[in-house]
Amino acid sequence: METYSFLRHLADSWFLLAMTLGFLGLCVWAFRPGSRAMHQEVASSIFRNDDRPAEANPAQKEA
Amino acid sequence: MWDYLKLAGLGLVAVCAAIAANYARDLAYQVNAITVMLAAGIAFLWVLRTAGDPKPNVQHEYFDSVVRAGAIATAFWGAVGFLVGVVIALQLAFPQLNFEWLHGYGNFGRLRPLHTSAVIFAFGGNALIMSSFYIVQRTSAARLFGGSLGWFVFWGWQLVIVLAATGYVLGATQSKEYAEPVWYVDILITVVWVAFLITFMGTLFKRKEPHIYVANWFLLSMILTVAMLHLVNNAAIPVSIFGSQQVQLYAGVQDAMVQWWYGHNAVGFFLTAGFLGMMYYFVPKQAERPVYSYKLSIIHFWALIFLYIWAGPHHLHYTALPEWAATLGMVFSVMLWMPSWGGMINGLMTLSGAWDKLRTDPIIRMMVVSIGFYGMSTFEGPMMSIKAVNSLSHYTDWTIGHVHSGALGWNGMITFGVLYYLVPRLWNREGLYSLKLVSWHFWLATIGIVLYASSMWVTGIMEGLMWREVDANGFLVNAFADTVAAKFPMYVVRATGGLMFLTGALIMCWNLWMTVRAQPVRATQHSAVPAE
Repeated sequence: METYSFLRHLADSWFLLAMTLGFLGLCVWAFRPGSRAMHQEVASSIFRNDDRPAEANPAQKEA
Repeated sequence: MWDYLKLAGLGLVAVCAAIAANYARDLAYQVNAITVMLAAGIAFLWVLRTAGDPKPNVQHEYFDSVVRAGAIATAFWGAVGFLVGVVIALQLAFPQLNFEWLHGYGNFGRLRPLHTSAVIFAFGGNALIMSSFYIVQRTSAARLFGGSLGWFVFWGWQLVIVLAATGYVLGATQSKEYAEPVWYVDILITVVWVAFLITFMGTLFKRKEPHIYVANWFLLSMILTVAMLHLVNNAAIPVSIFGSQQVQLYAGVQDAMVQWWYGHNAVGFFLTAGFLGMMYYFVPKQAERPVYSYKLSIIHFWALIFLYIWAGPHHLHYTALPEWAATLGMVFSVMLWMPSWGGMINGLMTLSGAWDKLRTDPIIRMMVVSIGFYGMSTFEGPMMSIKAVNSLSHYTDWTIGHVHSGALGWNGMITFGVLYYLVPRLWNREGLYSLKLVSWHFWLATIGIVLYASSMWVTGIMEGLMWREVDANGFLVNAFADTVAAKFPMYVVRATGGLMFLTGALIMCWNLWMTVRAQPVRATQHSAVPAE
C-alpha cells in the first residue's frame, strides 16, 4: 500500500479512535475525585507573588 | 568572555549584511540587508559600551523592563496597524487614493499585507510576548529564565516587523496570506521564536508554584504550535542567497492545503489560544475573583487543541481539494463552536457575583465586550464554514467583517484591557490617568466595530447574491463592476468605523502616556521603580 493510502486509512480508523479516547480520558481525568481542592488552589494561585518572586518574599507562605 | 563572543557575533553579522547589501539582486533585499547591518551595528555599540559592567543580582525581582518595552511596542504598533487599515479602507472606497506617484509602493496591494501583518504580528505578537513574560513570571513566582534572552526576543521581534514591513512595500513577499515574509525573515522568525520558547519553558521549569496555571498552557500551546506551523508552511528554496525570491517546496493543491492549515491555525493558536491565555489571567485579576470553573478551563484547552488543527480546509470549499478533506474541515469547525462557547461562558461567569463592576470599572467592561465578541465571532465562523453558507459568503466582504469582529472585538479589546491593567502596575503608578478617557475609548471602539461588522454583513451578502443572480435564460445578471459600484456606501461606513476604532486607540495611547508622566507614584512598602 502506498504511503498516502496507508496514512489516510490510519487517520480515519485507529488514530481517530486513539485521539477520541485520549480526549475523553483527559476530560474524565479533570473530574477525578479529589481534584476540586487542587483546582481551587491553582485557580487562586494568581493572587499571590504579584510584586516579586517567591524566594524573595519571606511573608509568603509555602504553597 | 560572553561579551566578547557577543561582540564577535554581532560584528560578523554586520559585515555579512554589508556584503549582502552590496551583492543584492533586488531593492527589497538591499534595504533589508542595510537594516540588518544597522541593527547589528547598534547592538554591537551597545554591548561594547556596557561590556564589563557589574551585573547586579536581580533574581529577587521580576524581569519587568522587557514587559514595559512590550507595552510601549504594543500600543505603538497597534496605532500604526490601525492607521494603515483606515488608509486602505479609504483606498477601497475612493480609488483615487492609490496615488499615481506612489504606484508600485503605496497602492492597496502593497499596503494590505502591511496592515494585516502590523495588526496580527506586530500589535498582536507584541501583546502576546508582553503578556507571556508577565504571566509566566507571576504564576511561576520566578524571574524570567535566560538572563537577557528576553531582550533578544523583544528586539528580534521588532527587527522581524521592520524587515517584513519594508520588504512588503518594496515588493518582497512569498505570496502566502499571513505568511508573506520571505525566506531570510522566516529564518530570523524561527530563531527569535525558539528563544521565546526557551525563556518561557525555562521559567516554567524553575517555577516555585507546584502547578502550572492554565493561562500558561494556552500560551505554551501557542508558542509550540506556531513554531510547527511556521516551519512547515514556509518550507522554500531561495533562488539566490543575495535575493528575496524563493520557490515553495509544495505545489498546487498541496500548497494550498498547507497554507490554510497554517492560515487557520495562525488564527486558532496565535489569535485564539494565546489571547485566551491572556483572558484566563487578566480577567480574574481585574475582577479580583478566581476563574469561574478551573475544570471547564482544562476541558476548554484540550478541546481547542484537539479540534482546531483540523479546521483549515474550510478555507478551500469548492476547490481542487478532495471533498472528504473539505467536509472534515467543516465538521471540525462546527464542533469547535462548543469549546469556544465553553471558554466564553467561563470568562463571563468569572464575573458572577461581581457584575456591579461593569458599571464602575471600564476596564472590566472592555474585557467583557471582548469575550462577547469572541463568542460572537466563534459562532459566526463555524456557521460560515458550512458549505452551503460558504458558497454565498466566500470571497465576499462578509469574510472581512467576520475577521474584524474577531480581531478588533476580541483581540483588540482584550489587549486594550490588558494594557490598561498593566501600565499603572509596570510603572508603579497610582491608577490610570483618566477613567473617563477609558470610557471614551470603549464606546468609540465598540461603535466602530459595530459599524464595521454590520456594513460588511450588508455588503458581503449583497455581493454574494449579486454574483450568483442569473436571469431566465441562465445568464449572469451583474458584472463584477456592478457589485463594486453597489458597495460604495458600505465602504464609507466601514472606513468610518475603522476611523473611530483608530481614534479610540490614540486616546488610549495618550491616556497611558499621561499615566506614566503625570500620575503619582504608588505608595507601597516598596515604592521604588525596580532599578533594572
